[in-house]
Amino acid sequence: MTLLPNSMPCQTMPNQRYKIGQDLLLSCLINPHSVTGFTVPQWSLLLRMAKTCKLTAHIAWLIEQHNLGHCIPAKVVNHFQAAQAIVVYRRRIAFWEMNRLQRALADCNIDIIVLKGCAYLLTDIPFANARLFSDVDILVEKSAIDHIEQSLLAQNWQTLTLDDYDQSYYRLWMHEIPPLRHVSRTMEVDIHHAIIPPTSDLQPNPMLLILDAIGLDNSRFKILSPCDMVLHSAVHLFFDSDLSNKLRDLVDLDQLLKYFDARNVGFFEKLLKRAEVLGLQRPLYYTLRYSHQLLATPISNDILQRSQISAPCTPIKMLMDALIPLALLPEHPDESSQTVRFARWLLYVRSHYLRMPLKLLIPHLARKSLMRFTSVQSVN
Amino acid sequence: MNIGHYSLQELLKKTSCTQGVCFDVGSFTVRLRSSHKDFISTFRQLYFDFPVISDDQLIDFFIDMQAPKSLRRWIRPQIIARIDGQEPFQPFAPSHAMPLFEWALNWCIARQGQHQLMLHAAVLEKHGKALILPALPGSGKSTLAGALAQRGWRFLSDEFCLIHLQHGQVIPIPRPTPLKNESIDVIRNFADSVFIGPLFEKTRKGTIGHLRAPTASIERMKETATPAWVIFPQYQSQSPVILEPLNKSAAFLKLATNSFNYSLLGDSGFKAIKSIIESCACYNLNYSNLNDVIAQLDALSNHAEPAL
Repeated sequence: MTLLPNSMPCQTMPNQRYKIGQDLLLSCLINPHSVTGFTVPQWSLLLRMAKTCKLTAHIAWLIEQHNLGHCIPAKVVNHFQAAQAIVVYRRRIAFWEMNRLQRALADCNIDIIVLKGCAYLLTDIPFANARLFSDVDILVEKSAIDHIEQSLLAQNWQTLTLDDYDQSYYRLWMHEIPPLRHVSRTMEVDIHHAIIPPTSDLQPNPMLLILDAIGLDNSRFKILSPCDMVLHSAVHLFFDSDLSNKLRDLVDLDQLLKYFDARNVGFFEKLLKRAEVLGLQRPLYYTLRYSHQLLATPISNDILQRSQISAPCTPIKMLMDALIPLALLPEHPDESSQTVRFARWLLYVRSHYLRMPLKLLIPHLARKSLMRFTSVQSVN
Repeated sequence: MNIGHYSLQELLKKTSCTQGVCFDVGSFTVRLRSSHKDFISTFRQLYFDFPVISDDQLIDFFIDMQAPKSLRRWIRPQIIARIDGQEPFQPFAPSHAMPLFEWALNWCIARQGQHQLMLHAAVLEKHGKALILPALPGSGKSTLAGALAQRGWRFLSDEFCLIHLQHGQVIPIPRPTPLKNESIDVIRNFADSVFIGPLFEKTRKGTIGHLRAPTASIERMKETATPAWVIFPQYQSQSPVILEPLNKSAAFLKLATNSFNYSLLGDSGFKAIKSIIESCACYNLNYSNLNDVIAQLDALSNHAEPAL
């Protein structure tokens, strides 16, 4: 079965390596018109694959954007409507949470920058309306964080239950404080002072991000500039996660790149320059490479080649080329492969290694596994 | 072809293979895989009349009832429900696989059924008109629904009342009703023809026995019904039948708080509840004797005045 369009720039990854379900999912993401030929079992598989990586509403939106609604079988429509209802609900409570934060922080005279999903909503990037997200993330200057935390705690937000070790871990080694949640609501608020833990090798200066942030007409919040928004998302996926089943995050990047490229002359040029200023060339390299390779994001060869200079050494590059698609793409829910599990484990180890030097990481992991072990014991 | 057309051996062979057995429960389709013989035997009894469908139709939920991949496969065995690769529940003793399967299916519907309004209610139908019985646990809704289903009312559903958001019709899902504790004997003594599956003791809700829906209501499970009455039942020992009209605003609030996804659906949830309340006659009902209450509800349906 060859559902991938011929234009798919996938030479390094032979099509055979994708399982049928991944094939369906990617072909639908790259070219929504491919659904016109789907049989019912293919729709069924597409839904299952999309569900495992939280892309059901996104696919429904894509199909709608391309006016292909008439191709969707009646029972598939139910799944799309259900997924959209959940997204609309989460969006409603996210806006409400932002509204409450705005009110609670009315007398804080500092820039508050909304990140990720909520920022895409505030910018009105169309795909944000079909994106499922679970919390409100904000970025502020480190010096202001105590003041913000105290004023939210005074207004009925609470720190989610964490033990002392987790608390101190957050405050010492993380780029955010422990998540807060209002007593009577469900949405979490994550307050960041940087976009990556201070122990990481990457150290983009948060002040540069804050200085470039953009004000909004209809909100007291700011959002990151287009380049910084892409770079933040890139850092988050490739340097602050284990990439396991995170196709959704790559879809975010693909959508952001396409959206900003269409609205800013020379966007990719600016992006390369900005990555240099912030020292984020490597995450940008990964973003451009895999978004182009897996989702066929239109990026010129010139740009791809110029980002190549930030690639890791050849053995690592080859290893990442093998591991990333394995880990990122969802598995068929009925099957679980040893290879995928091993790839995900390697990238999981990598994610910890990137976040922390070994002398901090080893005691932390030891502590965590001991705690997990003892809690499993007590459950039994 | 229904589940019951297979012998236990045939069914077990099907559920043990990769394709599993796919069946239709009215508003959803399910693929079940399990090689657990006792469970499949109970499943076959309780889902006897439900139609088997081919696996080239769209399947909504994929449920596997399997032994865990740990030592517990052999030592003090357990059973887990795997739903499309996820395991949302704690493992159960294999003897309690059937209640676990029912909870797994409820979980699927509650999570993925957001394209319709979901009420926590039993539904019966007469002359195309639906009687909605929303209630909290302990109100006797399942017992009342089970009894009505033996006296000429078509059984549409027990746990989930599913309302289509566009046309407002009730969509049947006549799955087995979990009867709890004393209700099991009440229904068993009420009619000879009822079929109640094996009893499961010491579940979270006490002893449970599943009442199979009448064959006729499964045969007609693709026929929707128009909401006509919303009646909030409350079993009360020794109470005579008291059917008391309920004003619309109170009924609206009671029905909205009874819904699984009223607030999730937002605007469309509000409109759906509003249209039910506007088109239905609403009552509070206290009762103790099943024969008396059924007589009263029959009278209500026979004199069905245009509900205002």
